[in-house]
Amino acid sequence: MKMKGWKELAIGGRIEEAGNAVEYETGSWRTFRPVRDDEKCIHCLQCWISCPDSAIKVKDGKVVDIDLNHCKGCGICAEVCPPKVHAIEMVEEAEFVKKESK
Amino acid sequence: MGAVKARKLVALTGNDAVAEAMRQVNPDVVAAYPITPQTELMHKFADYVANGLVNTEFVLVESEHSAMSAAVGASAAGARVMTATSANGLALMWEIVYIAASTRCPIVMAVVNRALSAPINIHCDHSDSMGTRDAGWIHLHSENSQEAYDNAVQAVKIAEHRDVLLPVMVCLDGFILSHTLEAVEVLEDETVKQFIGEFRPVHNLLDTDKAMTFGPLDFHDYYFEHKIPQIIAMQNAHKVIDDVAREYAELTGRRYELVEKYKTDDAERIVVALGSTCGTAKVVVDELREQGEKVGLLKIRVFRPFPYNEVREALAHAKAVAVLDRSMSFGAQGGPVLLEVRAALYDNASVPTKGYIYGLGGRNVSPSQIRRAFEEIKEIAKTGRSSDEIGFLGVRE
Repeated sequence: MKMKGWKELAIGGRIEEAGNAVEYETGSWRTFRPVRDDEKCIHCLQCWISCPDSAIKVKDGKVVDIDLNHCKGCGICAEVCPPKVHAIEMVEEAEFVKKESK
Repeated sequence: MGAVKARKLVALTGNDAVAEAMRQVNPDVVAAYPITPQTELMHKFADYVANGLVNTEFVLVESEHSAMSAAVGASAAGARVMTATSANGLALMWEIVYIAASTRCPIVMAVVNRALSAPINIHCDHSDSMGTRDAGWIHLHSENSQEAYDNAVQAVKIAEHRDVLLPVMVCLDGFILSHTLEAVEVLEDETVKQFIGEFRPVHNLLDTDKAMTFGPLDFHDYYFEHKIPQIIAMQNAHKVIDDVAREYAELTGRRYELVEKYKTDDAERIVVALGSTCGTAKVVVDELREQGEKVGLLKIRVFRPFPYNEVREALAHAKAVAVLDRSMSFGAQGGPVLLEVRAALYDNASVPTKGYIYGLGGRNVSPSQIRRAFEEIKEIAKTGRSSDEIGFLGVRE
């Protein structure tokens, strides 16, 4: 997203368009990434209802994806996932960097 | 100049005069908390509310922090908002004073100047409003109750101007002006109403057809960009204050400049001051002029935005300048007015200056103190070098 200059902004830090928080991608804040095992998931939607960033994507009542552009890696989803299910694991982002650089 | 309407003179204290201006402005919302010496101002205005003379929603809050918070909220919602405070009340508002300016809320607030604690004191000095000099508010200072009234009316129009949209403080000296009865010429209600016009906010928080966010989180990626228009708005205020004053002069015959040059044109020695002290200084200038001394007074009416060019021009020919401050900037070379005057004269360093601190905590300002300043700066007029020693007027050793 191209960053606006001061001449393009509303005064006083006001945001003139409503409902645009989705444009602010907070995924880069993440230190731990939630990795979901689809085979283990029972689609109880505890993670969906608890996620503070609306990053759990659901279709037809089933969890289909985690939006990594907005997930800040807080780990609440992994915490609320029922212990017997344990479908979400928090993995250090550094692990993915290592893999990608190989 | 247009026809000046019939004069209506009434006896008012400074507090009464500002309350009268507020009645005529008839703001949508006033949120305030009482503090000496501002209390009577709000008593009077509360009377107007109770007697149905205004349509104002008068919000009685539990602290000044809440008063300014309510003012910001109401202003964001598109209301014309006024309030008033003093000293420790202003200090308690501090956080929201900055937010009012940077959220671009054109709130008008009377600051009845009073010394900040400690030791606790209720009398006049400028330590309260001067502390907010970097907060982004326009500061107008008043020499007398007439000017407090005139500043209060003009402040509404300055604050709401589309090129400005910044809050304005109308400063008047506690007790010296706020509690002293003076003859004040007031305008007709209708004249004030027409002069300030209807408030048309740029944005309105309650407009559900165009929902928007006020005061969002703003990090390293945008905060800096949001500060630039705020800087420009303050620069724009310089011209707007003068334009509003010109228009006001057509109604009243009273032409207010950013600075008032009292007998400075051929003056060799000039005293710079603001507020009620200017009245005393004018008496001293007249007396010394009668004795053949070439002296003058430069009164600063607008402290923010500071009128650097006007000050530089007015002082350019002086052989020596004494700057009187009714507050100290601890750790600096003197008070805030001295620092600004020296900055204004930086490119004209041949004008030597000496800073004086006077009148702290309401200490009476006598003509003899101002005479002493005029006398002492004869020395720097000779040497042509500024004095780095702070002078103290009217203090016991």
